[in-house]
Amino acid sequence: MNAPMRHVLMVSIGLFVLLIGNLTWLQFFQNDFYTNHPRNTRTRIAEYSSQRGAILADREAIATSVATDGELKYLRTYANGPLYANLTGYKSLDYGASGIEAAENEILAGTDDRLFVNRLTDIFSGKEQSGGNVILSVNPKVQEAMAKGINGKKGAAVAFDPQTGAILGQYSSPSYDPNPLASHDTTEVTAKITEYKDTPGNPMLDHAAQDFYPPGSTFKVVVSAALLEMGGYTADTMVPAGNSYTPPQTSHVIKNSNNQCPEAELPLKEALARSCNTTFARLCVDKIGANQLKETAAKFGFGETYTTPLNVIASKTGEMPDPPTLAQSCIGQNEVAATPFEMAMVSATIANGGARMEPHLIKELQAPDQTTLERTTASKLNQSISSSTATELQKMMFEVVNGANGTGKKAQIQGVTVGGKTGTAEHGPGVPEHGWFTGYAMGSDGKPAIAVAVFLDSPGEGGSSEATRIAGEVMKAQLGK
Amino acid sequence: MSATASVPSATAQPRGRTRRNTELMLLLLGLVIIMGFYAAADIALTKQVTSSVFTLPLLLAIPFLAAHVAVRAWAPYADPVLLPAAALLTGMGVVFLRRLDLVPDPYNGIDEPELTTAAGRIDFPLFAGQGIRQYFYVLGALVLFGLVLALLKDHRILSRYAYTLGLAGLVLVALPAILPASISEVNGSKLWIRLGAFSIQPSEFAKLLLLCFFSYYLVRKREVLSLEGRRIFGMVFPRGRDLIPVLVVWGAAILILVFERDLGTSLMYFGLFVSMLYIATQRTSWILIGLSLFAGAAVLAHTLFSNLQLRVMIWSDPWPYAENESYQLVQGLLGMGTGGLFGAGPGQGQPEKVPYASSDFIIAGFGEEIGLVGLTAMLLVYLVIIARGLKVGLTVRDAFGKLLAAGAAFTMGLQVFVIVGGVTKLIPLTGLTTPFLSYGGSSLVANWIVIALLIRISDTSRRPPPPGVTAPGTGGGPAKPDRLDHAPTEVIKL
Repeated sequence: MNAPMRHVLMVSIGLFVLLIGNLTWLQFFQNDFYTNHPRNTRTRIAEYSSQRGAILADREAIATSVATDGELKYLRTYANGPLYANLTGYKSLDYGASGIEAAENEILAGTDDRLFVNRLTDIFSGKEQSGGNVILSVNPKVQEAMAKGINGKKGAAVAFDPQTGAILGQYSSPSYDPNPLASHDTTEVTAKITEYKDTPGNPMLDHAAQDFYPPGSTFKVVVSAALLEMGGYTADTMVPAGNSYTPPQTSHVIKNSNNQCPEAELPLKEALARSCNTTFARLCVDKIGANQLKETAAKFGFGETYTTPLNVIASKTGEMPDPPTLAQSCIGQNEVAATPFEMAMVSATIANGGARMEPHLIKELQAPDQTTLERTTASKLNQSISSSTATELQKMMFEVVNGANGTGKKAQIQGVTVGGKTGTAEHGPGVPEHGWFTGYAMGSDGKPAIAVAVFLDSPGEGGSSEATRIAGEVMKAQLGK
Repeated sequence: MSATASVPSATAQPRGRTRRNTELMLLLLGLVIIMGFYAAADIALTKQVTSSVFTLPLLLAIPFLAAHVAVRAWAPYADPVLLPAAALLTGMGVVFLRRLDLVPDPYNGIDEPELTTAAGRIDFPLFAGQGIRQYFYVLGALVLFGLVLALLKDHRILSRYAYTLGLAGLVLVALPAILPASISEVNGSKLWIRLGAFSIQPSEFAKLLLLCFFSYYLVRKREVLSLEGRRIFGMVFPRGRDLIPVLVVWGAAILILVFERDLGTSLMYFGLFVSMLYIATQRTSWILIGLSLFAGAAVLAHTLFSNLQLRVMIWSDPWPYAENESYQLVQGLLGMGTGGLFGAGPGQGQPEKVPYASSDFIIAGFGEEIGLVGLTAMLLVYLVIIARGLKVGLTVRDAFGKLLAAGAAFTMGLQVFVIVGGVTKLIPLTGLTTPFLSYGGSSLVANWIVIALLIRISDTSRRPPPPGVTAPGTGGGPAKPDRLDHAPTEVIKL
């Protein structure tokens, strides 16, 4: 009887090999299939069973998890949802997460390695585990001033603390409400996300950092920087002006918007204050050249992406192979395209004496017990321009806002040193122009307090003037005026 | 098979080596694993370390260590692996049931808001829930384990009562079918005898009794069944009248299927008989006959019974019925699939989402929390029990003991295959308990009696002969036929 018994043993082993083989298929090879299967509620229940950390704008909580009675124990709630949507992003059941919710998920969910000791002590002290907090550098007053100024129209605004690179405000319009996307009702989420995606103006795209536009005359600040860096020029150097200029190799005449520069020559700061296209196109072609311009623009951050930790796409100057394209590029047209974020960086760098600071949105990461895990410290990316160039540029930008013929008078603030540059950008025949303003305000201590860029998408006539006004309001909000 | 190969390998063991200390070490190792699993689960669920983490595992140590003492006293030469392996599985079952007690069961219709928070779980009393009830079943099972070892000094005594046991087994099989559904039906299968709050699953015990009867019967008939017959295609087929016993068992299995509506149990009995028939006669033709009879019955049953068609349907593709018919299967698959290679960790999965997580689908819960690695280890522990059981069959000298041990071991293997295969969608799902793990006293007691029998038989096979009797294979004459054994001695075949 021993031989058949050995056969039975072989059969038994065979049956178990089948079981283990099948389990390997199920648990190992199909692991992803089952984990991500829409019918699988396990992963999310585990995730929603402990309280996710909060996102704060300075001291104001803008994303919190509140307890519910449902199977998913916490509901993500966004106070002032649309105001901060491009920053907080959303955290949904079926559609993943975006913004800070995605970028700092490990801290918020409490799974970050730095929270390991916290998790361990929670186990021994019997506390319910919850996630850490993310505190943004955003000043709610600045953010509110941006939203109030843009007032639902298409546009975006970004503001920095020029000395640290801290983002004081970053707003995109039209915005969306992330609250419905955090709903536990998945059909509502699907309906809402479809609605948002179909909304004109693409509210789920951060127009401040995720899209770029021709910067128009605001780019003249970069052109001026390139010129000053070459040496031999100051804010008061006389440069050619006139109301028309025809670059070589083309018959296309460059003009000024209101024939505002009839003089043959003007001081450089006056040419910027009046925004003479002819001056800057000619200077680019005759003096600066494509290479110098590209180099200066690159030092300001053109061609560079930022991670704040939110992604900021790279702005660009284009190739500028010949005088006609170079002339167009120097008045912020042709292939030049900048994010509002980058244009704010340009002003911040100039206000900060040429030192470009690393932009950051996060001020502090906290453990669930509100102790500090990490505080962001200011770090310098590079010296984009010499401090003397920066000083000259500040004089020129001051003239734009305060000069008798300046285009940026609406940004004036009583008793505050404000500098800036307006811009109007064409972006296609028959389409209303974009309106721009980029500038800065000095604090009472004489150090730069805020740099800001406001962009209005295709408002047409008066767009740059409106952008300038909004920028003034934003700067006032930061200065407490 | 040669003459020497059939000689028990007892001589390979050093004389007098009981290996009881090995058993104790393995048992302690098992208890450490149980404690580790439960501590991890309890901490994960209550978010703190309290004394309750150790209470249940320490309570479990009592019956298992007592069982070890019983083996030392009454079966000192027994196989040292069987008890620790069964204890490990049983203990894991108890602590897993306790772990399930600590979370609300979404299917029991009771609102248990206090179990949704870690703080509420800490206050859950020790003496409540299925975990502690299973613990008491363990106590009962191990008392019976001890009684078997203490009272049954030689397994061959069982063969004296073979017909009585067989008859009792038949009655137990038939009882739920005869009794009104109000007493015997649970979830569509008539497999139970319910007396007030108490319910037993007689098929678990019937399996044991029939095992004894089949062993005795086949030992008596094996020569007839293996020597007579016609040769067809190089295979010896039995004579028509020798087919009668297998047809009777087959018929009984079909009757079980019809009246008790349980494919798993029916398959168990039939598989049990055919495998024992094969072991007794060494004739492959029995397997062929058995498989074709089973296939025929299965096809027939499939066309006749709607619940069988349903099971095959949801097995071939469970997803279209994921909200209804195959909800349980799909939830189990999702749990195991999410568990992945290493599992969510003890106490960190959601095994309660699978209906019947404590009985039929307990293996899915383990798969979710300890992953492929843990579940494979668990299946290997089963395989160790089965292999050890078959080894006991190989080493014991008397034919009755051989058949009893091999039959018991293979039946357990078949049962694990049918239920685990069903839960993991390898084969259509049938309701069977998972030996040692599933919640329920009947299954636990019956399986521990099987372990007791295997330990008893292995003790006999490994026990050195008393002084004055020459050990077989050491130069003395052939082993003296034991007078207790009604069966003929081993027929040496080539």
